Amino acid sequence: MTQTLSSLGADAPDASGLNETQLLDVYRTMRSIRAFEDRVHEEFATGDIPGFVHLYAGEEASATGVCAHLDPDRDTIASTHRGHGHCIAKGVDIKPMMAEIFGRRTGSCRGKGGSMHIADLSKGMLGANGIVGGGPPLICGTALAAKLKGDGGVGVAFFGDGASNQGTTLEAMNLASVWNLPAIFVAENNGYAEATSSTWSVAADNIADRAAGFGMPGAIVDGFDFFAVYEAAGEAIKRARQGGGPTLLEVKFIRYYGHFEGDQQKYRGPNEVANARENLDCLKRFRLRVVESGRLTDAQLDEVDSQVTAFIDEAVAEAKAAPLPTPEDLLTDVYVKY
Amino acid sequence: MATRKLSYREAINEALRQEMERDPSVIVMGEDNAGGAGAPGEDDAWGGVLGVTKGLYERFPGRVLDTPITESAFIGAAIGAATRGMRPVAELMFIDFAGVCLDQIMNQAAKFRYMFGGKAVTPVVIRTMYGAGLRAAAQHSQGLYPVFTHLPGLKVVLPSSPYEAKGLLIQSIRDDDPVIFCEHKAMYDMTGDVPEESYTIPFGEANVVREGDDVTIVAMGRMVSLAEQAAVELESSGVSAEVIDPRTASPLDLDTILESVEKTGRLVVVDEASPRCNLATDISAQVVSEAFGDLRAPIKMVSPPHVPVPFAQPLEDLYIPSVQDIVNSAKTVTEWSQ
Repeated sequence: MTQTLSSLGADAPDASGLNETQLLDVYRTMRSIRAFEDRVHEEFATGDIPGFVHLYAGEEASATGVCAHLDPDRDTIASTHRGHGHCIAKGVDIKPMMAEIFGRRTGSCRGKGGSMHIADLSKGMLGANGIVGGGPPLICGTALAAKLKGDGGVGVAFFGDGASNQGTTLEAMNLASVWNLPAIFVAENNGYAEATSSTWSVAADNIADRAAGFGMPGAIVDGFDFFAVYEAAGEAIKRARQGGGPTLLEVKFIRYYGHFEGDQQKYRGPNEVANARENLDCLKRFRLRVVESGRLTDAQLDEVDSQVTAFIDEAVAEAKAAPLPTPEDLLTDVYVKY
Repeated sequence: MATRKLSYREAINEALRQEMERDPSVIVMGEDNAGGAGAPGEDDAWGGVLGVTKGLYERFPGRVLDTPITESAFIGAAIGAATRGMRPVAELMFIDFAGVCLDQIMNQAAKFRYMFGGKAVTPVVIRTMYGAGLRAAAQHSQGLYPVFTHLPGLKVVLPSSPYEAKGLLIQSIRDDDPVIFCEHKAMYDMTGDVPEESYTIPFGEANVVREGDDVTIVAMGRMVSLAEQAAVELESSGVSAEVIDPRTASPLDLDTILESVEKTGRLVVVDEASPRCNLATDISAQVVSEAFGDLRAPIKMVSPPHVPVPFAQPLEDLYIPSVQDIVNSAKTVTEWSQ
């Protein structure tokens, strides 16, 4: 059955309990991610952005729905090579992120990390990660630290359908259960690991089905629906904070761009992305829901849209004008004498 | 300071105990570091496979964590916890097991500080057992420390005695960078004078174990005591050997080696690791590059043959560099004439 926005919007349940300000914040976050990614897509095409870039557009509801429950201080996330959305949702400053992607000295990592390694430990953002499956073991550690400190913090490992087949991810889920850690494993199944379909690479009907093998609850979530993610993540995070151990959430959606910028995407179906953008898109769906239920107005949301657009314009202009790293920067932030 | 005889094993245990007493953020984890988890018999049944962590479990409740056999997950967890204010000491039982967790060490821990623009510290210690001599065969006997020495961001420590082991481990725990602490499995019963008090030995400061004028012998880890024995033999042949223990492969105190070579004009480097791209080749190349004019003879490297570590006694004994090998090499260079 083909789902459409009108069939999904008004009658879906909403137990989020978010007030007007919070709903606007959520929308601003999702819109910021979308605008950021669309703009990076455009800028990459001009040749101004060096290296490898993987865009998160289409997946905004996942990072936003999960991170809306998290605190900057006690809660941590680990991300993936497709990490811009997680960074923004966890509160990493957007302008330094853009500068980092342009390889500038003012970047989040002073130009030493790039798109795949944006991190801000002060915000509990443990880094985008260039290694598929690199993050889940680290989250066992941040969750362990939270548990030992007793601060009620949780660790969230975002990973993709590709990483769901990596040993590191499976080992981390097992250890999280064995140690009863406040950890949440969010499998973002966007349909493809590089150019390979998850229907082929994941030897189970659903990634979430694997939760049983690690003694934790698992749930499948509609990744185009912010409220569905928010609700499922809220339950998992609450359980983790209360000492109930880890959860595996499988968030299903598709990405709007290729694996990396420049990917010709010949492996995709003909109308796959167009259909999702038209009929499933998380931003459209969020707008429909909150406007139809009378909690926000189109005018309020339009205002956010224009503010975000202006802000991203500024971020790009400032990034382009920012200085490149200096030769001295090559040898700092690591011991060099050997 | 009051000293008494301790074994290498006891010295390491004491370093862990004193640091855990001093700093509540120090935690210990590894396979059977207590032993008996979930089993019907005694707690702390092993205290580590060779008893190095024995007794810590009862003294420090909740801070000695047994793990499943899941190196990627728990080495990664130690690294993740280190980014959140803990100072974990993880035991990678055998250095050979780096093969199943190298990503977490190489691509995560080693990179964070630099890749994140200096905004992360990862004060994790990975204690690991290396070396041949116990008939443990090819997968439990390697000297893989050059692999870690190759990686920027890691510090690599090779204690050569009980005294060195205690002081260097305390330093390792207090260091803010990831440290690979390489314990030779044939040294755990070696005894020596160890102060009762806590003390540190700084990284990157070589120990001139014995002074001499005719030849410089550089050796690390277990090879230091072999080099000392060789120096005694050489003395009886009228050759005065200076023995230098760099203590840390990263950072490496090249200056002390260069000063010694300036005096002696001859260099023998002893390294238990496989001969290609090991510390012997590295140190030799640097000395040639920096002090060619001081050399009065070719440098000799004493390393095993380029084969896996064999099992049977006559083969393994032949594999490991011997006192005689060192003596012969020292004589070759001291008797060298163009």
